[in-house]
Amino acid sequence: MSARAGLSIQRWTPLSAASVAALAALALALAFGPLFLGANAVDRLTTLFIYVVLAVMWNALAGYGGLVSVGQQAFFGLGAYAAIRLSSFGLPVYPALVLGGAFAGLVALALSSFALRLRGGEFAIGMWVLAELFHLLVNLDRLINGETGTSLIALNAFGPEARRNYNYWLALAVMAALVALVFSLLRGRLGSSVQAIRDSEEAAASLGVRVLAAKRVLFVVAGAGCGLAGTLTLATAVSFQPATYFGVQWTAYMIFMALVGGLGTFEGPIIGAIVFFVLESVFGASGVWYLVGLGATAVVFALYLPRGLWGTLEQRFGIRLLPVGYRVTTRRRAPAAPSPR
Amino acid sequence: MIWLNQVIQGVMLGGYYALIACGLSFMFGVMRIINLAHGDLAILAAFLVWAIVDRSGMSPFLALALVLPLMGALGWLMQRAMLERSLRSGVLVPLLTTFGLAIVIQNLLFLQFGADTRSLAPAIGDLAFESWSIGSRIYIGHLAGLTFLVAVLMLGALQLLLTHTPLGRSIRAIAEDPDTAELVGIDSRRVYAAAAAIAVMTVAVGGTFLAMRATFGPYAGPAQLIFAFEAVVIGGLGSMWGTLAGGIVLGVAQNLGAQIAPNGFLIAGHAVFLLVLGARLARQRLKGTP
Repeated sequence: MSARAGLSIQRWTPLSAASVAALAALALALAFGPLFLGANAVDRLTTLFIYVVLAVMWNALAGYGGLVSVGQQAFFGLGAYAAIRLSSFGLPVYPALVLGGAFAGLVALALSSFALRLRGGEFAIGMWVLAELFHLLVNLDRLINGETGTSLIALNAFGPEARRNYNYWLALAVMAALVALVFSLLRGRLGSSVQAIRDSEEAAASLGVRVLAAKRVLFVVAGAGCGLAGTLTLATAVSFQPATYFGVQWTAYMIFMALVGGLGTFEGPIIGAIVFFVLESVFGASGVWYLVGLGATAVVFALYLPRGLWGTLEQRFGIRLLPVGYRVTTRRRAPAAPSPR
Repeated sequence: MIWLNQVIQGVMLGGYYALIACGLSFMFGVMRIINLAHGDLAILAAFLVWAIVDRSGMSPFLALALVLPLMGALGWLMQRAMLERSLRSGVLVPLLTTFGLAIVIQNLLFLQFGADTRSLAPAIGDLAFESWSIGSRIYIGHLAGLTFLVAVLMLGALQLLLTHTPLGRSIRAIAEDPDTAELVGIDSRRVYAAAAAIAVMTVAVGGTFLAMRATFGPYAGPAQLIFAFEAVVIGGLGSMWGTLAGGIVLGVAQNLGAQIAPNGFLIAGHAVFLLVLGARLARQRLKGTP
């Protein structure tokens, strides 16, 4: 039918297939990074990977699911806390770091029935309140020493060099796995469902989309992803102060990266994370003015460039490097290939 | 007796929460948006009042009278320059813009005033510590009583404004249906801007009372936003007297929590907020609304 109308649905372009292959090759090449990069570069790249994870998670929630959370630091902090707890029970430290992230995902699952029924601003600040509550509850654990915090002492079993490289590989693996997971989820049935929900929940429900189930998948993935970002940060910083890990600034960074890169585009948050990383490297030393600049930039983008850097480019030039959507193209000649399926 | 005292102190604290929350409630009722810079605007007003008092030695109440029109103008400007553009684009853009604004305000305050915490308590003399005694064990501070009274007056004034003035009628019409309101000749841009100006002026009053009753610093805004939001949600979004009830529930829960354990103050407050939200959702499900 589509062939007769001269229309076809396009899910890949040669350019996008090439860019996915290039990205996979880049990830593979980065795996050899510690062999030829200096210590400082390895450290900085680890941070960048964590930023990419955070940005992609927040974008999956808000840009695709329409779930604007100001409380993702809840999972960031819980992941780090769980890693410390698990390690104190005698679990080897790197498995504890991974399981810490999984724990944050479990908490997201437990919260989802409640949290996902909240609407708009109620959800946004409700999540923030949950983050505050978790912060206070974590402080009750004597292991943490209140706001003084503690350290992931088990990491001392590794020398600085080995630890740096392991952190790098873990961060790279987590980033690659989560980006690939979100990419395949959004390309599949879930992607269409959540975007329909984002645009109109009632209409989506009336078409048979299982609203809560679709949102829950994103919420749990984002919870686990932010939890892993928290444990990775713990792995690089070693020390754990509850106020830092449960601070709303993490969500501020996520919002900035996703917004500047392009909310609701797949490539956007990755670009936003790189922009944020560069800005931080260049201006981070100027302290408070840097934060003023971040806030002001976020306002300007929200008002004047709501599609972000990538979304604007994408709209103008019609490029899609990592396509998660469907694109209808008209063809001059009837396609030679048989209709799909 | 100790428990009764905590309840009474909690009610008085609830007056403060209602005071800081009424602007948030008002703005949500009219524009259906939540201003994430709400707490930071309160702190900005507190710093302005503090700076005037510090330079001139005048009464904080007089200084507040000077700051009020300034904050009103700021609210007007914020609406015209920022929120107006984002109102029709759903819930996402207003949340993002006001969140960005919050970060800007906090850090500019830090640049201007530094990290020191300040208070207006030294500037109000006896009012800061005098109290009435009820029986032998229960005392109500003059300032707490005044705060509660001002909260009631302000909520009453906002309620009267909504029900008995032409501006109030326009506001309610727009809250109901902006397109139809435009059709019958209401200039929604001006009405929104006026509502924002009023809301930010009430925030200035809240911020000043915060500065008189406690200490504050440049990053104290988000905590005030959370308390205000909790009071608004517990009381029911958009209802003025509900906000007072919500503030009281929050204040009582916090004080009872503090009586149980030293760090129970905040935990009990957040817990009661989540319980109320959860109960409301459960009731909606029982009624069958999705």
